[in-house]
Amino acid sequence: MPHFDRLYNFACWLTHDRQEAEDLVQETYAKALKGFSSFQPGTNFRAWIYRILRNAFLTSRTGLQATATVPLDLDGEAEALPTAKETPESILLQRSDLQLVQKAMEQLPVAYREVLLLCEVEEMSYQEISATLSIPIGTVMSRLSRARQALRVAVREKQGSQPKA
Amino acid sequence: MACDRWIEKLDAYLDGELPASEARALSEHLRGCSACAAESLSRLQQKRTVQTAGQRFTPDPAFRVRIQESIAARPSARRSWFRLPVLATAMALVVVITLFFALNRSRRSEQQLVSELADLHVATLASSNPVDVVSSDRHTVKPWFAGRIPFTFNLPELQDSPFVLVGAKVSYLNQAPGAELIFRVRQHQISVFIFQERAVGNLQTRDSVQTALSFNVRSWSLNGLRYFVIGDASAQDLDKLSDLMKAAG
Repeated sequence: MPHFDRLYNFACWLTHDRQEAEDLVQETYAKALKGFSSFQPGTNFRAWIYRILRNAFLTSRTGLQATATVPLDLDGEAEALPTAKETPESILLQRSDLQLVQKAMEQLPVAYREVLLLCEVEEMSYQEISATLSIPIGTVMSRLSRARQALRVAVREKQGSQPKA
Repeated sequence: MACDRWIEKLDAYLDGELPASEARALSEHLRGCSACAAESLSRLQQKRTVQTAGQRFTPDPAFRVRIQESIAARPSARRSWFRLPVLATAMALVVVITLFFALNRSRRSEQQLVSELADLHVATLASSNPVDVVSSDRHTVKPWFAGRIPFTFNLPELQDSPFVLVGAKVSYLNQAPGAELIFRVRQHQISVFIFQERAVGNLQTRDSVQTALSFNVRSWSLNGLRYFVIGDASAQDLDKLSDLMKAAG
């Protein structure tokens, strides 16, 4: 099960709970095995198995809760970004900030979190993300852009509230 | 403001999803615009940070074993003769997953390598000083590299071929120096890159024929060196030049 570790990581990010993540991964493998005949050779296998995991999550209690509380305008036109004011310092790469970024990621709405993880961590192409999330590529792009912006804002807020070292 | 138009495309650019022509135009803009370059750097850093921050959870080894057992044990609830095909399917699934990811990974790094070479080739074509040593004489070009790159190679005799050696320059791939030779055939320019295998990494070890950004690419290994032939000339021309280079070895 070579992709086991990454599916598990993704599941943890979705559920925020290791036990639930384990259940989710187990369910995913069971469903993948049972539904392997529904996989069309030549199509993207990774997108297929991630889609199974994500659908299992969305129908779980945690998933339903997470998506029920999310505002619906996630994919609207991204507002003009306050670009020029951002400096390279605004997102720091220091190790101490990693936890801060993780905290900020945790607090993003699921729709933002999953698209960020698929793009940055799983390094999926827009095409693959589109297949995994069953949304058009245009939506992948606008959602990614909004997710990144939301993360920037969240990180900056956290940096601002941190006592200066 | 004109920059807004570029900023909109920055994410797709950094994700490697912008069409080649637009990506070239954008990187051109980034070279001249410090505000956009700073924004680009900031977003790239964010990408990297999220990538690192996102790799956070590793499964318990006991859980892995449990899953493996549950997959294997699943059909035992049914009649035992049913077990074999299901096990076989499970194993086939595992093999498919492994193969898929192995292939995908190597294809991706291979594509990255080839598009990097395509960039180098295009940069050479676009440059006002495309070569550092201008000579069609292989006995001038080869010695020119002595002391400039940490290896040596042979150049083919081109007298009875349609190819003309235009010149050469030192090129870099993954921070390692190598040779870039520029040949002309009719109106087409072809770059031949020669790097040490370790500069290329063990990512691409097989001979390959492919196209990148509609350039034709040929690649092979010889005596610890990795050769790449890239250009917009026809596939036959590239094959011919490759054969000449191989013969000169």
